[in-house]
Amino acid sequence: MSEIREFDCRPNDQTGAESPLAWSFQRGPAPAADAQAGVTLRESAFMGHLILRGGAIVLDEAVREVLGINLPARPNTLAVDAKGERSIQWLSPDEWLILVPGGEEFVLEKALRHALGQAHFSLVNVSGGQTVITLRGPKARETLKKSTPYDVHPSAFPVGKGVTTIFAKTSLILRQPQADCWELIVRRSFADYVYRWLLDAAAEFGVTVERR
Amino acid sequence: MTQIHRSNRGGRIDRSRELSFTFNGKRYTGYAGDTLASALLANGVDIVNRSFKYSRPRGIVAAGPEEPNAVVQLGASEAAQVPNVRATQQALYEGLVARSTNGWPNVQRDMMGMIGKLGGSFMPPGFYYKTFMAPASMWMTYEKYIRKGAGLGRSPLESDPDIYDHINQHCDVLIIGGGAAGLAAARIAADSGARVMLCDEQEELGGSLLDSRETLDGLPAPEWVSQVVTELAGRENVELLPRTTANGYHDHNFVTLHERRTEHLRDTAPAVNRRPQARSRLHRVRARHVILATGTHERPLVYGNNDVPGNLVAGAVSTYIRRFGVVPGHKLVLSVSNDHAYRTALDWHESGREVVAIVDARATSQGELAEQARALGIRIINQSAVIEAKGSDRVTAARIARVDLDAFCVLGHEETLSCDTIASSGGYSPVIHLSSHTGTRPVWRDDVLGFVPGDVKGMTSVGGVHGVFALKAVLEHATEGTRRALEAIGFDGASSAPRLPDVAERREAPACALFQVPHVKSAMRAPKQFVDLQNDVTAAGIELATREGFESIEHVKRYTALGFGTDQGKLGNINGMAIAARCLKRSIPEVGTTVFRPNYTPVTFGAIVGRHCRDLFDPERYTALHAWHVEHGAEFEDVGQWKRPWYFPQVRAGAVSGERESMAEAVARECLAVREKVGILDASTLGKIDIQGPDAREFLGRVYTNKWAKLAPGRVRYGLMCKDDGMLMDDGTTSCLAENHFLMTTTTGGAAGVMEWLELWHQTEWPELEVYFTSVTDHWATMTVTGPQARKLMSEVTDIDLSPDQFKFMDWREGNVAGIPARVFRISFTGELAYEINVQANYAMPVWKALFEKGDKYGLTPYGTETMHVLRAEKGLIIVGQDTDGSVTPEDLGMQWAVGYDKPFSWIGKRALTRPDTARTDRKQFVGLKPRDPKVVLEEGAQIVFDPEQSIPMTMVGHVTSSYYSPNLGHGFALAVIKGGRDRLGQTVYLPMKDGVVHEAEIVSPVFIDPKGERQNV
Amino acid sequence: MFHIYCPYCEEHREEEEFHPRGQAHLQRPADPENCSDKEWGDYLFFRDNPRGIHHELWVHSVGCRKFFNITRHTANYEILETYKMGERPSITAETLAADERQSGVQAASGGWQTVGARPEDEALNTEARA
Repeated sequence: MSEIREFDCRPNDQTGAESPLAWSFQRGPAPAADAQAGVTLRESAFMGHLILRGGAIVLDEAVREVLGINLPARPNTLAVDAKGERSIQWLSPDEWLILVPGGEEFVLEKALRHALGQAHFSLVNVSGGQTVITLRGPKARETLKKSTPYDVHPSAFPVGKGVTTIFAKTSLILRQPQADCWELIVRRSFADYVYRWLLDAAAEFGVTVERR
Repeated sequence: MTQIHRSNRGGRIDRSRELSFTFNGKRYTGYAGDTLASALLANGVDIVNRSFKYSRPRGIVAAGPEEPNAVVQLGASEAAQVPNVRATQQALYEGLVARSTNGWPNVQRDMMGMIGKLGGSFMPPGFYYKTFMAPASMWMTYEKYIRKGAGLGRSPLESDPDIYDHINQHCDVLIIGGGAAGLAAARIAADSGARVMLCDEQEELGGSLLDSRETLDGLPAPEWVSQVVTELAGRENVELLPRTTANGYHDHNFVTLHERRTEHLRDTAPAVNRRPQARSRLHRVRARHVILATGTHERPLVYGNNDVPGNLVAGAVSTYIRRFGVVPGHKLVLSVSNDHAYRTALDWHESGREVVAIVDARATSQGELAEQARALGIRIINQSAVIEAKGSDRVTAARIARVDLDAFCVLGHEETLSCDTIASSGGYSPVIHLSSHTGTRPVWRDDVLGFVPGDVKGMTSVGGVHGVFALKAVLEHATEGTRRALEAIGFDGASSAPRLPDVAERREAPACALFQVPHVKSAMRAPKQFVDLQNDVTAAGIELATREGFESIEHVKRYTALGFGTDQGKLGNINGMAIAARCLKRSIPEVGTTVFRPNYTPVTFGAIVGRHCRDLFDPERYTALHAWHVEHGAEFEDVGQWKRPWYFPQVRAGAVSGERESMAEAVARECLAVREKVGILDASTLGKIDIQGPDAREFLGRVYTNKWAKLAPGRVRYGLMCKDDGMLMDDGTTSCLAENHFLMTTTTGGAAGVMEWLELWHQTEWPELEVYFTSVTDHWATMTVTGPQARKLMSEVTDIDLSPDQFKFMDWREGNVAGIPARVFRISFTGELAYEINVQANYAMPVWKALFEKGDKYGLTPYGTETMHVLRAEKGLIIVGQDTDGSVTPEDLGMQWAVGYDKPFSWIGKRALTRPDTARTDRKQFVGLKPRDPKVVLEEGAQIVFDPEQSIPMTMVGHVTSSYYSPNLGHGFALAVIKGGRDRLGQTVYLPMKDGVVHEAEIVSPVFIDPKGERQNV
Repeated sequence: MFHIYCPYCEEHREEEEFHPRGQAHLQRPADPENCSDKEWGDYLFFRDNPRGIHHELWVHSVGCRKFFNITRHTANYEILETYKMGERPSITAETLAADERQSGVQAASGGWQTVGARPEDEALNTEARA
């Protein structure tokens, strides 16, 4: 496979690694724990993020074979594996986001390349470039309404949906992999802004930040 | 002070909760449920303001948002100041502090009023244009006094302590207006299962039903309202928003609602459970369908001195009586053109006060309400109208006369009736403001005597706003209109439609068209007949405007200020049109109406800003190394949204109290460190795009000016990107990772634009090319290690073979740096030996720290963007957007070496480079400038001339694009673009500055250091 | 604030997610080297500016990042259709005019700021210009 240069950019030793929200956590104390908090926020850091591009017909079988998940071909949908650990999301007619537990991404990349052979596609590791912020709680939806023009009403945004959209003055991927669980996939450089925005937007409901 | 005008019973106020408030420094009391206006009236406060132009005393005229006079400044503290609040829309709360916005020294004794009385006749419309046009220099002087006199309120001088926010809403049906029509619409919409929002600008839902005399299903109207509101509030699919004004109706059913959440409680928002809450909130609503149920504003009649306090709109009097238990006077004269307004006389009479007479412009009055009035023994005078009010600070009498509306004259039978209140009604103007916002023109209806909304896609107007006035008809119209709207968007509007309440049908005689009441004198000589009270526009003013040739209503509006500003013509517009029409001898629809603009009523800036303020004003983008930069005292520069270290000021050597270096000192130290030892830059902000596919190479050849066919894996090349007009748009290096795999870098600011550019060409022009692009800007952190000691330092942290013959300039290699997998690129933006290390961003910090652990002995120095700029400029390396501006070609830059004219495909920009204009030899060319005085650092942007003796305007031949002091060269130096500059090396040019100094500089090569590039190649 | 149907995402999205990229269906000359300066200049610089139907290229930049076309009325901002790259519009100024002739509706010459200043006043305007 000399035409594409594969490169495992993840070291075995994770010492010193810093997630995109490291600076946000380091700079200020988290809001005081609030038992009545309407919103709970946590970062699912260090996951494996891959961008897969190609035609759905080209990719479908390889994805099912390697990931065990059907490639979501309908716009704005999301497929999650049985354990809820791995997912693949439609981003555009020729672009998907694959999320897997951290450390699996390179193995997966190689397996997919192998399965796809000489087909025309591209697969890019973007694990360092984005992070996942999870929102839960009875006021999570209300917090999102204050932040994104996308309609998050259950009738418009059921479980299993995911979209790229505007969020405050930036953009992100918003998805609902399961009931009462919203995932915000945020670009690294905007993560602090989104974090501060969320704390501010949710202040009226009370917000708790879970840090590992 | 007692509430002298408060009746003993009635009204929707809570007499057990007394509230005290201050108006113009005096304390008063009112009750919970009052508006500021009703409380002022209850206390007998006649004068609430001074008028805009003539400074005449003014009282409360209306009870809603159409109020033109009672515009107050609110707020007990400086920070809580709010201008432009209508007292009729402000709920009373304990401790409320309000002032008139106008009147100096106070509203009772006003200095401007004296002038106004004198100058009134000398201040016709167009006065400002005519008087203050020349000399223009004097406007500054006049303006100060005019503005002080105008008194439009003022903004707070302290920071607003409150928070505001936005919320995005989506619904199937947005109902604007919570009166009879809106509630009927909401009931059927709620039953259909649609997502429904209902907003109303008043403190409570119900609209005119709250002061109606009618019954629904046998219940007094307000009780029926409570029932329906309770029922709607229980629906999960319905969101009720009282105190929420729909202010703007924009494209494709996007409506902005301004919800005042705490303004009825205090002047600053109270916390709830110690959590902050927004004082007000802007709802950004996208509605599939809009039901416009905004009702009507009652029109006052235009007669002489109709602005004296005590002149009110008839319906407002009923509202104050029935809703607030306030009877704003003792003796009433009611002047009407229609039946409905008779209710005011009945309400007044029932309050036990005297109705002196009802003056009806129609020949007869035979409607039910008129008969009721007659039965009560109230005197009704037909074919007559109030032609003039008497009194100065309060009405003392009404002058009435028989009028001929067709001939527009007074027929005599004059009589002066003693009274303290004149209520008038000229009919009901549909509130069409919102539909006008969409650009749709309203339609005149003779039967309604008003404009109704034109057709707006996705909007249905129901009830009063559509010209349907009788309660029973309103309920039917709203229900039917909403049902059809629901069906159009796929809901079942029929099956579970709620039963309409029983409402007695009321017999009404037709209204007559009465706007301006004729006076015995001509309009020019009669006492002022006000049309627009807020802007002090009179009937005579409109007459004058038409006489002076302003035939278009738009011009009349601008000449007279009719319907200007926050008023938006709510009371005066139709009367104004009618007067203009009469003067121009046309019909009202021929004259037309001006259209209304957002916002319908003023919206506080806080709500418009929402939470996009302070730290959240704009996103700040951070690199993975931001924490380190902060810890090490970096000063930051904004580059787009990025925060990049600008320079790292150190504590001055030997400083006693720890002073830090100036910027110049820090930059000089950093520059020398890179040229003499080794420096490190966080270059993570560069755009990076991963390009894969068998046609990747071909694609690069089309978007870059230079050749890519033979770039081997392991090699890097610098490329220029042009637009198809041949002008440079971006530059950067692209590395060949493998035969079908490239990593492109872009400028920091150009990253998103280049990514979109590549997609544009791929998607629209060359979809057949097999290639995909993925942004990896944030994935990789980039650290540039550069300087003579760079190799030694790198050798301590990496397993990559750094020997010069194995890892050459413009090569890249992969390996480990400080134990982290890395790609290292030998590219240089400083002219020194340089390694750009790319690691996955999560691991950037350990690598950066490891470099410093090993780097101390080599003098490793962090440097920022300023030093980067100086170093690259010393090498004559351009920055796109600084040294170029969208009008610079690669040739202009002297970069022909990076242009492949013989490439097979006509790459983007190639054709344009042979256009006559781009082929000119006297284009501005990129050169260096060496100031004659070594201490001079030229100003960036300074214009360049060849002949300093030329008189102004001088012939400008170019400008400075970059300029710095170079500690390496020991003098200032600059980069510039100069006409035909490359043929002028060695010549002297001049830079005349604003202060008269003329700098001299020599045109030199833009490469100031190491022209052969030996240092980066070692 | 437009509400735009993205033909790739197959749903309406807020205008904030999109960027307009000018006139649609521009043809880059197939052989730039051999076209005249005038042809090249027309391609580079000259654009239609109709009052009425306009076909525009937009990109769903915060979304699927796909380019697509919009048929939009420039006076009332109505979006009549959106369609994918490579497709042709089904609604054009010509089809619309034909539809209106058929249904007996006159093509709107509206957009006058003032209700009164209607086309019936056009005679006046013409007179004034003469």
